[in-house]
Amino acid sequence: MWTMLRQIITTGIVSEAAPTDSAELRVASDRIQREILDILGQALTIRQVDAGSCNGCELEIHALNNPYYNLEGLGIRFVASPRHADMLLVTGPVSRHMEEALRRTYDATPEPRLVVAVGDCGRDGGIFGASYASCGGVANVIPVDLVIPGCPPPPLEILRGILTAVQRIGQKRHA
Amino acid sequence: MQVIPGVDLELQQLPAPLPIWHARVSTEQWRAAAQRVAAAKGRLVALWGAPQPDAGANGASVCAAYAVPPGLAWLELALDAQALSYPDVAAHFPAAARMQRATNDLLGLVAEGAADQRPWLDHGVWPPGYRPLRSESIGALGLPGAGGAAGAARAAGAGGTGGTAGAGATAEASGPQPADYPFVRVEGDGVHEIAVGPVHAGIIEPGHFRFSVVGEKVLRLEQRLGYVHKGIGQRFTQLGALQAHRLAGRVSGDSTVAFAWAYCMALESAAGCTIPQRAQQLRALMLERERVANHLGDLGAIGNDAALGIALAQFSRLREDWQRVSMAGFGHRLMMDNVVPGGVSADLAPALAARMTLQCGAIESELKVLRGIYDEHAGLQDRLMGTGMVSPQLAENLGLSGLAGRASGQRADLRCDHPWPPYQALGVRRATQDGGDVAARVEVRFDEAFESLRLIRLLCAGLAPGPVHAEVELPAHGNAGAGWIEGWRGEVFVALVLGPGGAIRHCHCHDPSWHNWPVLEHAVIGNIVPDFPLINKSFNLSYSGHDL
Repeated sequence: MWTMLRQIITTGIVSEAAPTDSAELRVASDRIQREILDILGQALTIRQVDAGSCNGCELEIHALNNPYYNLEGLGIRFVASPRHADMLLVTGPVSRHMEEALRRTYDATPEPRLVVAVGDCGRDGGIFGASYASCGGVANVIPVDLVIPGCPPPPLEILRGILTAVQRIGQKRHA
Repeated sequence: MQVIPGVDLELQQLPAPLPIWHARVSTEQWRAAAQRVAAAKGRLVALWGAPQPDAGANGASVCAAYAVPPGLAWLELALDAQALSYPDVAAHFPAAARMQRATNDLLGLVAEGAADQRPWLDHGVWPPGYRPLRSESIGALGLPGAGGAAGAARAAGAGGTGGTAGAGATAEASGPQPADYPFVRVEGDGVHEIAVGPVHAGIIEPGHFRFSVVGEKVLRLEQRLGYVHKGIGQRFTQLGALQAHRLAGRVSGDSTVAFAWAYCMALESAAGCTIPQRAQQLRALMLERERVANHLGDLGAIGNDAALGIALAQFSRLREDWQRVSMAGFGHRLMMDNVVPGGVSADLAPALAARMTLQCGAIESELKVLRGIYDEHAGLQDRLMGTGMVSPQLAENLGLSGLAGRASGQRADLRCDHPWPPYQALGVRRATQDGGDVAARVEVRFDEAFESLRLIRLLCAGLAPGPVHAEVELPAHGNAGAGWIEGWRGEVFVALVLGPGGAIRHCHCHDPSWHNWPVLEHAVIGNIVPDFPLINKSFNLSYSGHDL
């Protein structure tokens, strides 16, 4: 128990000691939290759907949940059911065998039902393209609000994409 | 020379860094080889089908790769185009069952006498009778059949950079719906089924698990995989041999270095190309970094699945530190596309090698503290010990491989058994356990992570001067090559066949998950349902690498 407490104390809060590339993010965190609340009136909940990826994007989405990025501190949380989610974070390419499951997941998601496609494969099928086994990009199966390109996009890019998608909802409402 | 004892074969040794032989066999030899290898306690590494366009539109051969003490034997049995069948080997190697089913789905080759003939990768949405790897299917770009027309229409409406494509469209009916799968039913008083997936409740790859349970206790688990099948085998034939390492590097994102290296080894072996020493060392450096990254991630996730939150926070922090240094050193956090035909994509700056050495020290001391926490935490150990047990005997019978195999007394580790450059200079220490439970798989991960940190320091200290890349000249008349690598999960194997002009005729990528998924079905028997995530995570098998 003591070693555990000592490890927690000596580690400290790494979110604040993040290297310079996320300094911009830390300064902005208050603003981001406020924006999410202003736009959604609540925390942002995300359901991640792997619709056929190589697992590379999943590794980086996992990384987004590590202490450096302090995701929950921003008011963003991954949930287990699409019925609890504001946003679907979908990686691709959408395999033919996941096409129906993705569509049903989309139908189970309540409004605002944002869809963010992650990665080059989520954008257009990437290196896998479209074939007998691949439908290509996510937009070929369900409507997509925003694409985060990259192979895989690093966690910070994924976070930027998520926040941009939320802001677009705000803009749509004000328009 | 007899690579397989008691079976005379015309063996041709491939010019690969590991001892690999290729032989064309008769049906009789095919049957005898399976029997003899099994009797001598050899391993089936992979079984797959390959199209033979020279033998007509239906021409095909079935291949098996066996690991025997001298090395790897790649046996190829050409099939009669009128009767595409071959003798079953699953009776000797249970892991072959799903590979044989997949071979039937992809190429229409039937394992004669196999007990299970259900489709595996084919979920019933392809056009009837469509076999994606047949010569006639290859090269026919685009989507076949009725589903294809719908797919093409959707593709036409897709926005390239996002925006709202097909706004308002919800569950429009698409092509054919997935067919029902005949799961094995367990019947009896109080037995009920729990169906999970394909969309799992977490950031995980998709697959379907069907549990038959009584109360909390699991009587049977049956897996249904193939959901992320995205046509990698066919896609290979549409890419240039010098570009296809990028596809190999995306067979399974967590093993990108292992697959890219195995593919490049196969290509270099087919082209007769030797890579510079520094390139070999940098590849090994990346492979060991990949191993550490995955072990760090898994150790945290296993702790988390046993409700020890601090484990996830601490290990995911270390993994992030690790990935950032990979980014600094190689320009990619997962080191994708850094292994290229002929060597590596870029040299490692001396300052970065020094930083990696330093980081090994830092991670090592943190890992020691965390291992102490794991060892002394009674609540955690209670969850880990005796859970998800695979005895060494069962592991041997079912062919459990790689890291999970080493936690169940199976000793195979290519880095020790057939140390290829640069491993022959490193003296890799094997990590094994006999426990066979989640705790043993945790121990092996700790041991291997420490060993990889040692190897990384050795590699960084001994980097040879010189170039990191050699030109690969594709063989004008075609050739075959193979790559065999000990990835973090286990042995990764790539068989590559080049046609005239160096075009890819066939490329088979094999992930050790093929062997270990069926064993997971056994590991959960008698455990409680809430322990399944923990057991599953302790194996951490690939869906994408399996489904292809």
